[in-house]
Amino acid sequence: MSKELIRLTDCVMAFDDEIILNHINLYINDSEFLTLLGPSGCGKTTTLRIIGGFQQPTSGDVLFDGVRINHVPPHKRQVNTVFQKYALFTHMNIFENVAFGLRIAKVPEPEIQRRVEEALALVNLPGYGKRSVLSLSGGQQQRIAIARAIVNRPKVLLLDEPLGALDLKLRKDMQIELKKIQQQVGITFVYVTHDQEEALTMSDTIVVMNKGDIQQIGSPTGIYNEPKNAFVADFIGESNIIDGVMLSDGVVKMYGKKFQCVDKGFASNEAVDVVIRPEDIDIVPESEGQITGVVTEVTFKGVHYDIIVDFQGFKWLIQTTDLSPVGSRIGVKIDPDGFHIMRKSQYSGLYGDYSSYSDAYDELNEDPEAESDEE
Amino acid sequence: MKNKAIAYPYVGWMALFVAAPILIIVFYAFSSAAGGFTLEHFRDMTLYAAAFGRSLLLAAVATVASLLIGYPMAYFLSRSGGWVHRMATMLIMLPMWMNFLLRTYAWSFLLERNGLINRFFSLFGLGPFQMIDTQGAIVLGMVYNFIPYMILPIFSVIEKMDPKVIEAAQDLGADSVTVFRRVVFPLSLPGVLSGITMVFIPSVSTFAISGLLGGNKTLLLGNLIDMQFLGSAYNPHLGSAISLVMMVIVMGCMAVMNHFGDGEQGVTL
Repeated sequence: MSKELIRLTDCVMAFDDEIILNHINLYINDSEFLTLLGPSGCGKTTTLRIIGGFQQPTSGDVLFDGVRINHVPPHKRQVNTVFQKYALFTHMNIFENVAFGLRIAKVPEPEIQRRVEEALALVNLPGYGKRSVLSLSGGQQQRIAIARAIVNRPKVLLLDEPLGALDLKLRKDMQIELKKIQQQVGITFVYVTHDQEEALTMSDTIVVMNKGDIQQIGSPTGIYNEPKNAFVADFIGESNIIDGVMLSDGVVKMYGKKFQCVDKGFASNEAVDVVIRPEDIDIVPESEGQITGVVTEVTFKGVHYDIIVDFQGFKWLIQTTDLSPVGSRIGVKIDPDGFHIMRKSQYSGLYGDYSSYSDAYDELNEDPEAESDEE
Repeated sequence: MKNKAIAYPYVGWMALFVAAPILIIVFYAFSSAAGGFTLEHFRDMTLYAAAFGRSLLLAAVATVASLLIGYPMAYFLSRSGGWVHRMATMLIMLPMWMNFLLRTYAWSFLLERNGLINRFFSLFGLGPFQMIDTQGAIVLGMVYNFIPYMILPIFSVIEKMDPKVIEAAQDLGADSVTVFRRVVFPLSLPGVLSGITMVFIPSVSTFAISGLLGGNKTLLLGNLIDMQFLGSAYNPHLGSAISLVMMVIVMGCMAVMNHFGDGEQGVTL
C-alpha cells in the first residue's frame, strides 16, 4: 500500500564475541507507526541507533529511500530522535530548544518563529517558549523533546522508550497523543519499547525481538492472535502454553482428549504448542467441563479476577469476572477459535506455565532503569 | 540545642581566623602610626597605581593563558578513557604534591642565563635569551602553578555532561564544531567561571612567583604588601590599606563573575 522508506539488510552488530543483532532483515514503510518490542538486551535500541546513525552495523546494509547510508553521520540524516530521558538543552529556553535544528538549517527567522509555535501547539504546550526547560514536569519535557524533533519535519522520527520515565496515567494519555500526532504529521515513527501494551495501543506494525533475533513481524492483532512461537505468545499478553499433538486439520489432542480448533496445515500427529489466552476460557460447572481442575490462587485485578487453576499438575491462568474460591473444583470450556496452535520452537517449554505465578509477575514489572543500560 | 552546640567550635574558628584578621586589617588601614583615624594610606597608594595595574594585567594574562591551555586539556581528559585518562590525571596532579616554592624555584634553574633551556639553545648557536626576571617568566610561573585549578572544574563539568545531549544535537543536524559551540561550551561555562576565579585570585595576590621568577624587578601587589610587613619599607598601615583595596578589587571581580554566571544560569533555570 505505501512505499518502503528504510530497509535493514542482513544487519549484524557484534561487540567482541557478543552478538547484539543477529542478521536482522527489516523494512519500514513510509508513514507507518512501527514498534520494536522486546525485553532488555534484545537489540531493539541498537536497531534504532543504527537507523539514527549513532552506531554502524558490523556487517549488512542500511538503506534509506534505496540509498545506502551506513556511513552517513547522524547530522546528515533525515531522521530525528526523541531520547529516553529527553536530553533537552538545559542552557536554552524552550523556544531555543525547539528552534535548535531550524537554526542549524539556517531557516529564516520569521519561519522559525512560526514553525516553533506550530510545533509547541502540536504537543499542547502553546506559548511556553519563554520558559526554562527545568521548570517543566517530566511529561511536559517529553513533549518538548517531541516538538524539538518534529519541528524539523524529518522523514522518520525515532523514539527510544520516550514514555519510560512517566507514571502510568500520564503514559496512557501520551500514548494516545503520540498516535494522534503521528497521524496528524503523517511521518514514519519507529518506536522502541519493552511495554507490550504500549506497542499494541499505538502501532501499525510490531516487530518482536529477543536476543538479537526478530521473532515475528505483524500487525498488533496479528501478533496477539497468531503468535509464531512460545516467546511471542508469552511476551505479548498472557498465555497458557500446553504441549499437544495435532491429530488432523481442526483437531488437537491434549490431556489425552480431543479438542476442536480452527488451525490447519500441520502434519498429522505433529507435536505442537497449544496457546490458550486466559480470557478465552469459560468457567463451567465441573460436570460440563471439557477438562477439570482445582483453583489454587485468586488475585483481584479490578476489572477481573486472575485465577490460577491446576490441571493435572500444569497450572493455567484464567481471567474471569466470576469469583471461584480457592480449593473449588471447576470445569472449563474453550471454543474452537480460543485455541491457537504453534509449531515447536527453541522456546517450547520455557513459557506459558503459571506454576511460579508471582515470579512471572516480577519479570513483567522489570525495572525501566535496567533498560537504559542496555546500550 | 544540641545541633547548635556542635556549631560553636566552627563559629569560634571563623571568628578567630577569618573575622579577626579582617577587622585588624581594617583597623590598621584606617589608622596612623600615632593612632587615630586617617585616610592618608589610601592617598599614598596612588603612588603604586602602576603595581596595581601590572598585577591585574599579569593575572589576567595568566588566567586567559590557563583557560586557553586548560580547556582543551580538560576536554581531552573527559573524552579519553582507560590508562590515558589515569596517566593524564596523574600528570596534572603530581606537581601539586610537591612544595609550591620548590616547584617555582625549579623553573628559575630552567630559565636562568646558564640554565638548561639556554644551554640547549646554545647547542644550535642561539641565545642566550633573557628569560628569567621578566614579566613573561612570572606569567609562566602563574600558569604553571595554577593551571590545575582551571583544568579540574572544567573537566568535572564536561565529564558529567549527558552524552545523550550531545547525540541530540548531532541528531538535530549539528556537526562537531556546532555541537561544541552551541552545546558543549555553553554547558561547561560554570566550570570555566570557577576555573577563572580559582586562577585569577591567587595570581593577582602572589608574591612568591614574582619574587623567584621576576627577580624583584617587577613589583606586584603581593610583593608590595610583603615589603610593608617584612621588608625594608616597613609600614603595616599602608600594607593593610593595600590589602584592603586588593580584597575589594578581588571581591568586585568575583561579584562580576558570579553575576555573569547567574546570568548564564538565568538562561538555564
